[in-house]
Amino acid sequence: MLSRTAESLFWMARYIERAEATARLIEMGRRMAMLPGAYGQEEWRSVVAAAGAGAAFGPDDRVGEAEVCRSLILDEDNPSSIRACLDRARNNARAVRTALTADMWEGLNEGWRWLGGVEAETVRRDLPATLDRIRSLSALFRGAAQTSMLRGERYDFLSAGAFLERADMTLRLLDAKYFVLLPETGLLLDNRDRYRWISLLHATSAVRAFHYVYRGDFDPSKIAHFMILNAEFPCSLAFCYGGLRAALIRLANRYGARHDCHATVEKAVRQLQDREMDDIFDEGLHEFLLETLRLNAQLSSELSRAYHF
Amino acid sequence: MFDEMTGDGHGLRAPYKDIAAWIEASGLDTLHRHTAEAEAVFRRIGITFAVYGEGGDPERLIPFDLIPRVFAADEWRRLERGIRQRALALNAFLQDIYHRGEILRAGIVPERLVYRNAAFEPAMIGVDPPGRVYSHVVGIDIVRTGEREFQVLEDNCRTPSGVSYMLENRETMMRTCPELFRSGNVEPVDVYPEELRRTLEEVAPPACSGDPVIALLTPGPFNSAYYEHSFLADLMGIELVEPQDLFVDEGLCWMRTTQGPQRVDVLYRRIDDAFLDPLSFRPDSMLGVPGLFDVYRAGGVTLCSAPGSGIADDKEVYVYVPEMIRFYLGQEPILQNVPTWRCSNDEERAYVLERLDELVVKEVHGSGGYGMLIGPHSTAAERAEFAEKIRRDPETYIAQPTLELSSSPSLGEAGIAGRHVDFRPYCLIGRTIRLVPGGLTRVALREGSLVVNSSQGGGVKDTWVLAE
Repeated sequence: MLSRTAESLFWMARYIERAEATARLIEMGRRMAMLPGAYGQEEWRSVVAAAGAGAAFGPDDRVGEAEVCRSLILDEDNPSSIRACLDRARNNARAVRTALTADMWEGLNEGWRWLGGVEAETVRRDLPATLDRIRSLSALFRGAAQTSMLRGERYDFLSAGAFLERADMTLRLLDAKYFVLLPETGLLLDNRDRYRWISLLHATSAVRAFHYVYRGDFDPSKIAHFMILNAEFPCSLAFCYGGLRAALIRLANRYGARHDCHATVEKAVRQLQDREMDDIFDEGLHEFLLETLRLNAQLSSELSRAYHF
Repeated sequence: MFDEMTGDGHGLRAPYKDIAAWIEASGLDTLHRHTAEAEAVFRRIGITFAVYGEGGDPERLIPFDLIPRVFAADEWRRLERGIRQRALALNAFLQDIYHRGEILRAGIVPERLVYRNAAFEPAMIGVDPPGRVYSHVVGIDIVRTGEREFQVLEDNCRTPSGVSYMLENRETMMRTCPELFRSGNVEPVDVYPEELRRTLEEVAPPACSGDPVIALLTPGPFNSAYYEHSFLADLMGIELVEPQDLFVDEGLCWMRTTQGPQRVDVLYRRIDDAFLDPLSFRPDSMLGVPGLFDVYRAGGVTLCSAPGSGIADDKEVYVYVPEMIRFYLGQEPILQNVPTWRCSNDEERAYVLERLDELVVKEVHGSGGYGMLIGPHSTAAERAEFAEKIRRDPETYIAQPTLELSSSPSLGEAGIAGRHVDFRPYCLIGRTIRLVPGGLTRVALREGSLVVNSSQGGGVKDTWVLAE
């Protein structure tokens, strides 16, 4: 396969996941801002920071729902916006039209066209519906890939990109919660903070799944365990690394060659298996998140080097 | 004026019997609804067309007209013979002028026209392309002016585009109006990609043993025909490559893949000569694959079409195609040329300047309907401007009579009305000649307009060849 094709597939998958991740982040901000006693602007600032779009707002700018939605959903000039992500996803898709099935292309193209025509007013009037539509767009694309794409090298690059980006999303969601958590109050969590932890579950559509696995209370350390170490939850870091590892192993078997990225992902998977949530909290959640985000960036560049893109 | 459905405007020509009944039975509302459905299909799959230098929607649709254009079996038989004959003669001409130049020595085609033509590629002199084929896909633009009068408006020997519309128009028609195809009387066109792949395989270079690896070379997603490039690559199951994906090493052409370099034997290139190889053609160009031409010349890779093929579709060279058919094939041309006056010739120029109000004036090297004067539709100021241009630069212009192109029933806001059409079949030349029964019908959707180019508001139609 052309290296350029592999590159485009990898990044297309990343941008589509990123669009979804940003929608989930906004959903989380919306929930946090609605909590009794919420600071409002602080919650939204944390969303902006977690989306990597901190530069879009100055320290004196008003950062409320309307501003954040305009910037993170529709603003083409903000490279972190959902519209910008879908633009890039579609450009990548256009460059590798032949590597996509018609179902995948049509799903993406239709979503791109829809978002292109959405007005700020529509978003303001019905934010939840807009966010739902963005999430269903990536779900549709994933579903199309799942049911229509040959399980060959193209699929492997696509899923490598998707898993890597989803791992990023989970880390960012956790980080967004972290930003408003400051100052850390140790184990004496007030109700508001507990609700923020729960909004993480809402943002990943995982409330029911959490109950099913953990029963009982919304305990922050259980929620963190669910999002980081639980290998059955498709948004968890452990699950995403597992998926990335599987995709890379398939490529190694296909091509008969292993590279740096293989060693790195193996090590990352092993380390998570040995981790306890308490250790992570002891070392500092924020530091863990930052370190893992750096690891993701390393994986991404090792992977592109290995396959000549 | 000849109408494809009614002939003289009153009757009903036999090939259109089913169409007329279908129009009658459907009613305008249903036809409009089908058109909307068809456009939704086009937009969803992303068949769009970018027009350079125009604002607005960068990925707009070419309007699709729902009512097919139909050829009877016997009409097609004659067209087919004429098309094959012309495609053969054009290739023979290219082979000749890049070798001994017999037709020039015989005084049939002026040397000046060939050797001083920008489209003539000196680097091709003495090169023997596999199978002696230069132009592997010849698109011949044909217009009709009467029941039996077909004329060739121009030839396209480089990289004619539009064949994806032939395929998608049919696919869309079969999806939105399946009842029309129930009689099973329409010849299928969907074998085209397979026929093209076979054609390309047949011209594999001498250096290729085993199964040739074919790739389609595109300038990239910003080219107006990119959709077609990806569509064809997909249907042929070959890689769609950009110049940056290719490089030359050890006398062969390679593409960069996830597993390192892989060899390419045949390039169906949809990129202009000038951007093929900066070492050979355009030193200032950043585009292209350095060294590609040397590999081609040494038989390491085949370029389809061959560099320098464009000279055969030059609008002035066109005048001599009937002579080429006589000279190389010893046959009488089956399809006629449109009478053409060359402004480079003093007498002919004087004739043209006197009759600007009735002629069509075209740039010799122009394409896409740009830089054209349609006499009967022009203003005095436009004619004065063109007269000045012709006097200043006579070799740049030719003139032809304003043809009464046939009209074909088309669906407009107000109902069904005749609109002018032309026709482009795609003839494939490898070790054998292949021609899929059909082609692209372009239609000038503006009332009275004679310009069918998509860049000028033209649309497209499904084109049927009826089975015997």
